[in-house]
Amino acid sequence: MENKDLISIETFCTRYSVPETFVHSLREYQLIETHTDGGAEYIKVTHLQSVEKMIRLHFELNINMEGLDVVNNLLHQVTELQKENQSLKDRLKLYE
Amino acid sequence: MTNYIDYYKILELQKTATEKDIKNAYRKLARKFHPDLNPNDKEAERKFKEVNEANEVLSNPEKRKKYDKYGKDWKHADQFEKAKQQQQSRSTNQGGPQFGNEDYSDFFESMFGGGSSSRQSRSSIKFRGQDYHAELQLNLRDVYTTHQRTLTINNKNIRITIPAGVANGQEIKIRGYGGPGINGGPSGDLYIKFIIENHTVFKRDKNDLYTTVDLPLYTALLGGEITVDTFDGKVKVKVKPETQNNTKVKLSGKGFPVYKKENQFGDLYLTYQLKTPSSLTDKEKELFSELAKLR
Repeated sequence: MENKDLISIETFCTRYSVPETFVHSLREYQLIETHTDGGAEYIKVTHLQSVEKMIRLHFELNINMEGLDVVNNLLHQVTELQKENQSLKDRLKLYE
Repeated sequence: MTNYIDYYKILELQKTATEKDIKNAYRKLARKFHPDLNPNDKEAERKFKEVNEANEVLSNPEKRKKYDKYGKDWKHADQFEKAKQQQQSRSTNQGGPQFGNEDYSDFFESMFGGGSSSRQSRSSIKFRGQDYHAELQLNLRDVYTTHQRTLTINNKNIRITIPAGVANGQEIKIRGYGGPGINGGPSGDLYIKFIIENHTVFKRDKNDLYTTVDLPLYTALLGGEITVDTFDGKVKVKVKPETQNNTKVKLSGKGFPVYKKENQFGDLYLTYQLKTPSSLTDKEKELFSELAKLR
């Protein structure tokens, strides 16, 4: 099952030296999606960056699962606002 | 050599701070300036490094003791001590000057990337390297067509393709060209943000372009044809009779290329600005007066 798009949680946790329970907690709090096949659990490679970020926030800043959820939502809002801000700045130039 | 940086000041602490104070101050500031919580904020990234550097020294009693005594030269404390003993020994014999406990107010070089030990909490965890963020300034004309550029990032030449129609502020990711991984983790990514300067007469809003063109009075009144500049050359535009000032006309497909959609373009919007004749002759004035009487 392990292909270019998916990485098994076992492999991921070994590579990043984090306990598998951490990834399971992320799944339980609906912070990531996992895929099950033949008894093994996988995460999408495209989600790696997001999981890495949550590892850093959890282990470096002691942010718990609820906190990660809040941080994720707020960061999403910040990104959207930054995009909107840039778009408005560009539009403003039309009238300068 | 970098300027003196006060680690206590960075962590907003007094020199009498306890280990608990340092831990709390570090956690508070790390949460404030952590790069993951401050996307695209270089100032926060710089402060985060300073906070880490300060914590690395002050949270270690041995290093802190040396730092308190020797400032920037704390890493050479042993050599200092040795030199001090030798000096004292000489001064006892010769009555020369003695070493004091003065603060060596320069700061030691950044420990990040300098082979220092990582923080304990991360020592066994593999991490992807830091993402790098760079800005590339381009002119609007540059991004009208797809082209390639060679960039030098940390002594590596990277050839990138810049697709036509890229937007101002847009970022692209180049995988693996960021900082090296920690504890054998993969390299980070390089993010390039495009800053597009516009020195043309065209204003851009996404894929559409806007410009103002002069319209001679007689063409506006009687209709006709004018030649206007578009982004890729001149085109002839028919003008309806009795066209009013500030009339907007859309030239379909004459705008900016649509990002990553070949042969698709936005529209060009022209705003007519009536240009009335100046330096009228007597005859012209007479004829305009006659026209005015007819209205």
